[in-house]
Amino acid sequence: MPVGVGILGSGNIGTDLMYKVLRNPHLELRMLAGIDPASEGLARARSLGVPASTAGIDAILADPEIRIVFDATSAHAHLRHAPLLKEAGKLAIDLTPASVGPPVVPAIPRADEQWPDNISLATCGAQATVPIVYAIGQVAEVHYAEIVATIASKSAGPGTRQNIDEFTVATARALERVGGAARGKAIIILNPAEPPIMMTNTIYALVPDVDTAALERSVQAMVSHIQRYVPGYRLKVPPLVGEAPGGQGRLVTVMLEVEGAGDFLPRYAGNLDIMTAAAVRVAEQLALAGRATAA
Amino acid sequence: MTAKGTQAAAASRDQQPRITLVDVSLRDGSHAVRHQFTAEQVARVARALDQARVPVFEVSHGDGLGGSSLQYGFSRQPDTEWLRAAVENAPHVRVSVLLLPGIGTRRELKEAVELGARVARIATHCTEADIAPQHIALAREMGMTVCGFLMMSHMISPSELARQARIMEDAGAHVVYVVDSAGALLVEEARDRVKALRDALECEVGFHGHNNLGLAVANTVAALEAGATWLDGSLCGLGAGAGNTQLEVLAAVLDRMGIHTGVDLYGVMDAAEEVVKPLLPRPIVIDRDALVIGYAGVYSSFLLHARRAAERFGVEARDILLELGRRRTVGGQEDQIIQVAYEIAQRAGARPGA
Repeated sequence: MPVGVGILGSGNIGTDLMYKVLRNPHLELRMLAGIDPASEGLARARSLGVPASTAGIDAILADPEIRIVFDATSAHAHLRHAPLLKEAGKLAIDLTPASVGPPVVPAIPRADEQWPDNISLATCGAQATVPIVYAIGQVAEVHYAEIVATIASKSAGPGTRQNIDEFTVATARALERVGGAARGKAIIILNPAEPPIMMTNTIYALVPDVDTAALERSVQAMVSHIQRYVPGYRLKVPPLVGEAPGGQGRLVTVMLEVEGAGDFLPRYAGNLDIMTAAAVRVAEQLALAGRATAA
Repeated sequence: MTAKGTQAAAASRDQQPRITLVDVSLRDGSHAVRHQFTAEQVARVARALDQARVPVFEVSHGDGLGGSSLQYGFSRQPDTEWLRAAVENAPHVRVSVLLLPGIGTRRELKEAVELGARVARIATHCTEADIAPQHIALAREMGMTVCGFLMMSHMISPSELARQARIMEDAGAHVVYVVDSAGALLVEEARDRVKALRDALECEVGFHGHNNLGLAVANTVAALEAGATWLDGSLCGLGAGAGNTQLEVLAAVLDRMGIHTGVDLYGVMDAAEEVVKPLLPRPIVIDRDALVIGYAGVYSSFLLHARRAAERFGVEARDILLELGRRRTVGGQEDQIIQVAYEIAQRAGARPGA
């Protein structure tokens, strides 16, 4: 029995999300709700037979069969939506940088049986790199994890540009809280090259020592796991192990790229695609865990 | 051309424009010493710059506040220690900090102000000025003089550069700089970019040169003639790649041109010879790798990282740098050096080292 879901926000992200949700047998898309009547997302929804509304959150709240809501609007709007969704007993999956709820990275097994009622996906950088830090952490103690996310200028919208600091802070926090690093740091770089570059991510980890073979297996297993919901996620440089600066311990380096599925967003926008893919994966996990029952 | 633009252009032709020299020995120079300055070295250089009355000098990790990292290299001491040493030893002049949104945050900026920094330079890739407004606005609110830095200025046209400069000016920048991060600009190209900014802006225009093609001083003079009033240099040229415009040389040239800078020429010569020259880790020359950086238009700070990757993977630094240029990498992408070196080694069948 598929779980009823709704999408708030009919922009690029909401529209791409729509295509992914429609493909998922565990989820039933009951509504795409935006506020702009001229938006292409709403037009596409109608042509696909998906109920579309310009009443925004009101349309979502009006349907008791919608159990899970994806918020693809803005951090500012989500701050308004979050308490309303909670009051209505709907589970929120937040794709904005609002960070109301704790960060969740679906590739990483949850230690806690309890799912929060508001799930933040943190940032695209977090979705792409936290799993690798976790995989390293399975075979070595990660004292410090640093990631560099490089994205095409064209796939960085005003939301990212006006919240650059928040991106680095939220990603670093996810490296620590979800990835298991004692300390984390995140850097983001925009590159305007034509043709637009794929999202590239570099992960550095400082560890006291590590078994190279075990490390390779752990990282490869994680990459394969993520490829099940992000097929374009691939290693460019397999784990390199070298001497840490200052000679204390080892430095692990992993480099990967994320190519998007091209549902609605262009393929180079892997940074946005990994967010929509992760969102759907979380919803699927909620549905399978029986967490999305009626209020 | 704006009214102020016309005035400033006229001033640079007929009168004595008010020039602000900015020394970057303790920031761009940080790249050249792999960010290993000690607070004691910073104190000595600061004292010498103060004595020579260089009006502004910059102190930060080479990649700006918060740049200490595995990606760019850890600094020997935190920015806060360097800043403290600089401010304490330079009571007559102003200390500047560099910040790259995406690397450093507003929190580091606030810390710097608390420690006494009074000038902020907010730097973005030349096409991405719109990630800077929050930081420019905060610096301005805190009473700093704010400069916008458009890095890798050679990569876009003068008119596109001017459009990006407007974004920084609108956000509150007092000065917007043409930054030749790769030392790739020819004299005419430097002039055209400064002129485009001078024509489009009300605020002051600055120029930051690198010497990879041996044109740093000439480009800076051309920039001055096109209306730039903030000019960067470093003592002995200590900086990334083949170094920056040599400050003491620029000071002598400006003096011969009859341009007033307020800087004590002999003081700045002494600072270079007696304080910075003994600190040089290697001669600041245009060797093959630095020349390739200028020729291929690659970010100057890649030099030492490319050399290290070449050794690690058993490949040529020049091949790495040329490929980085082909891929249009921007400032901050030091991790791409590793990927390119790895890929070249894979293709050559060499054993990729660890």
